[in-house]
Amino acid sequence: MSEFIQQLINGLSLGSIYALIALGYTMIYGVLRFINFAHGDVYMVGAFSGYYLGGWLINSMGMQSSVLLLVVVMVGAMIICALTGLVIERLAYRPLRNSPRLTVLITAIGVSLFLEYSGQVFFGADPKPFPSLIPDRTITYGGLTFTNKELIVLCVTVFLLIGLTFIVRKTKMGMAMRALSFNSTACSLVGINNNVIISFTFGLGSALAAAAGILSSLNYPVITPLMGLLPGIKAFVAAVLGGIGNIPGAALGGLILGVAETMIVGYGDKIHVPPSYRDAVAFVLLIGILLFKPSGILGKGTVEKV
Amino acid sequence: MRDWSKFALLGAILVSLLVSQFIHLDPYFSIVVVNIGINIILAVSLNLVNGYTGQFSLGHAGFMAIGAYTSAAITSFGGPRWFDWLGGINAFTTSTLFVVALIVGGLAAALAGLVIGVPSLRLKGDYLAIATLGFGEIIRVIIQNTDAMGGSRGFSVSGIYTTIFWTYSVAAITIYVVVNLVHSAYGRGFLTVRDDEIAAEAIGVNTTKYKVVAFVLASFFAGIAGGLYAHFIGYLTPEGFGFMKSIEIIVMVILGGMGNTVGVIFAAILLTILPEVLRPVQQYRMVIYSLMLIILMLTRPQGLFGGLTWRRSTSWLRRKKIPLEDGSAA
Amino acid sequence: MEALLDLHECTVQFGGLTAVNALSLQIGPNDLVGLIGPNGAGKTTVFNIITGIYKPTSGTITLAGSSIVGRKASAIAERGIARTFQNIRLFESLTVFDNVRAAFTMRLRHGIAHALWRGKPFLKEEREINAQVLEILSIFQLEKAHGVACKSLSYGDQRRLEIVRALATRPKLLLLDEPAAGMNPSEKDDLMKLIQFVKEKFQIAVLLVEHDMKVVMGICQRIVVLDYGVKIAEGSPEEIRRNPKVIEAYLGEETTPPAPTP
Repeated sequence: MSEFIQQLINGLSLGSIYALIALGYTMIYGVLRFINFAHGDVYMVGAFSGYYLGGWLINSMGMQSSVLLLVVVMVGAMIICALTGLVIERLAYRPLRNSPRLTVLITAIGVSLFLEYSGQVFFGADPKPFPSLIPDRTITYGGLTFTNKELIVLCVTVFLLIGLTFIVRKTKMGMAMRALSFNSTACSLVGINNNVIISFTFGLGSALAAAAGILSSLNYPVITPLMGLLPGIKAFVAAVLGGIGNIPGAALGGLILGVAETMIVGYGDKIHVPPSYRDAVAFVLLIGILLFKPSGILGKGTVEKV
Repeated sequence: MRDWSKFALLGAILVSLLVSQFIHLDPYFSIVVVNIGINIILAVSLNLVNGYTGQFSLGHAGFMAIGAYTSAAITSFGGPRWFDWLGGINAFTTSTLFVVALIVGGLAAALAGLVIGVPSLRLKGDYLAIATLGFGEIIRVIIQNTDAMGGSRGFSVSGIYTTIFWTYSVAAITIYVVVNLVHSAYGRGFLTVRDDEIAAEAIGVNTTKYKVVAFVLASFFAGIAGGLYAHFIGYLTPEGFGFMKSIEIIVMVILGGMGNTVGVIFAAILLTILPEVLRPVQQYRMVIYSLMLIILMLTRPQGLFGGLTWRRSTSWLRRKKIPLEDGSAA
Repeated sequence: MEALLDLHECTVQFGGLTAVNALSLQIGPNDLVGLIGPNGAGKTTVFNIITGIYKPTSGTITLAGSSIVGRKASAIAERGIARTFQNIRLFESLTVFDNVRAAFTMRLRHGIAHALWRGKPFLKEEREINAQVLEILSIFQLEKAHGVACKSLSYGDQRRLEIVRALATRPKLLLLDEPAAGMNPSEKDDLMKLIQFVKEKFQIAVLLVEHDMKVVMGICQRIVVLDYGVKIAEGSPEEIRRNPKVIEAYLGEETTPPAPTP
């Protein structure tokens, strides 16, 4: 039983990473109705921002591993990625605002490849060790052992989710985001500057992806320029699972995926599924949801008007 | 009036046979030429689905993989028995084995296309794209976990049977099939599905049937391309058939102008040669490729040849030119 | 006269909204029936259940005696029901010629295998189809524009083309969804003549949804009035014009103003 809870926590921890990235996918889909394939690579940029920032702070500024360092690095990475997201949107997506969706989709793929391979050129393709931003500590509670890093992932994710919910529900910007996702023409007619809202959404989504990058690197401290590929696709699956365009759905989808994957790895051989099939879990869930409820767990189906 | 395309097809096959037998190319150029042929097969077949029928499939490499591994399995495991039965290894026995392996590979891929297509093609646009992407990845993961075919370590193919003749014969057949199919009264159905599914249904076009037909046919040819590739490269790994490969093929279709076979062929040639041209700057190759992709979408999303149509729909009318309202004649 | 199309107690519900409520409607083989009602009355929904785009929540629909409920839209088209759309739905990448030629795909005798082999039977059928397309285009004076991209036709011509395409499927029943929308008075006159011509020449039934009363009153033999999904009246144009329920539905209730205070 305690092992099961352990696995559950692991799953939720992994799921939190997926959830944070999935939120970006879903918010961008909500306001622009398009799948930003490059989003997973923003996660990678976040991890590398943390690598360089953390490295500089530790080596040149003499900072110690501590909560403070973690917070500074995370906020720094989030700012860098928010800016990255804004730049990408402005240069690659905004000119195509009225183009067929296929065109933008391909552009997003191009941006994704560009980020990955420039990353290889500039950062080097070899894996890099992520600096230790916080000293390791184990915590025991009720017969269970956790590392502080796992708990930090969960806590930070919860904190960010609360922050996001606040922004979306209680601020004017959030209300504008929601309005935009319903009807962009009406929005501009009532005086909302759609471009500002869209830029804000991109920035916000990218910042969350950056946080995911930092949190993920705490537990898996090896980073490469291609690290965003698979988590990106999986997080996207999570967003579709929960209902693309639906914010709580993205969080839910991410957690479900994280737990499902961890369970397959942990208990898979009991049902004759080798742990090496863990990557397939996401895609099987994807196919399943597309076949039975394409609008997602929390999504509402829309009917095309003839 | 007779149809000349059959003769064109035979002519193309004959030419490729002659080239293969009598023109000796530098090995490096042979490799590029064969690669071009394989990419033509992949791009022209995908064009049927994405370009002519308007369905956005992102998993074409998965069908190539099925064809590659199936045909490799047949030549490796079935080969010895085949040679025994036919009494030895010679041009005839290897050719027939190869043809059988290719066709079975194609059929396996077509079957996968049917199984994947029927449920997926109910979805629209983005959803279809990610469903096909998902299936492509599932195929890759399954292959990775199939130890009999080497899994992640890879599989050594038993013989290098692919030549310029085989490759370009198949390419010619693929082009013949796709072009003739679309340029017929039956084939107009594909275009209606692309333009407006609801209107298509209203004039009696069974959109699901057309989508599945296009998908299965395209998968068949992708499977054969996979078989050709397997017996050319000699060593298969699942990574070579991932999402990236599907993207490469899609880019050829888009660059060529979706729904324009001639354009797609040109694009396939161009994009196969490009990496070779960029070899000196190998490490920047993908960066340049991705930038090109972005710039192409921003400046000319209809591709190099998109918007130019080959007006053959009223070819028989051109004998009696009918004056149009604006003074010209069609 | 036995009904060609028979709707019996059809109800269509979308979640909590009842778009069509227990509608019964018969159309004979050579009728010209108009379907009118205020906006949102459910008229296009009726078209959509007849053509198989939606399935009625309850009720039956039969065409020439056999049920068409639950069948695919393309199967219903094959059985002889054709339609045009409120927002013209032409195949934009195809020429005028090909838009009409596409309507012949469902009656092909020679399919994929023949398209690939290209033998004499296939070529003969292709020639026949081409001839038939030109013939029907010339009936409607569109044959000169056959090679033109359909997007470059005038609005009125595009509507005409959509009707021609529908007729090319050799339907028994033609549904026209607001064909007069966006037309000026002289175009509407042409349209009225066109619809009557179509009905006579092709000997088919026509069901027409239209807002323009002059068009409806001018050509329909019978008019059905829908309001909030319910049939509130059915009869000849004269009867409908005088029907108080119809007037009420369109113009609102007649109320006597309160007496002014002294």
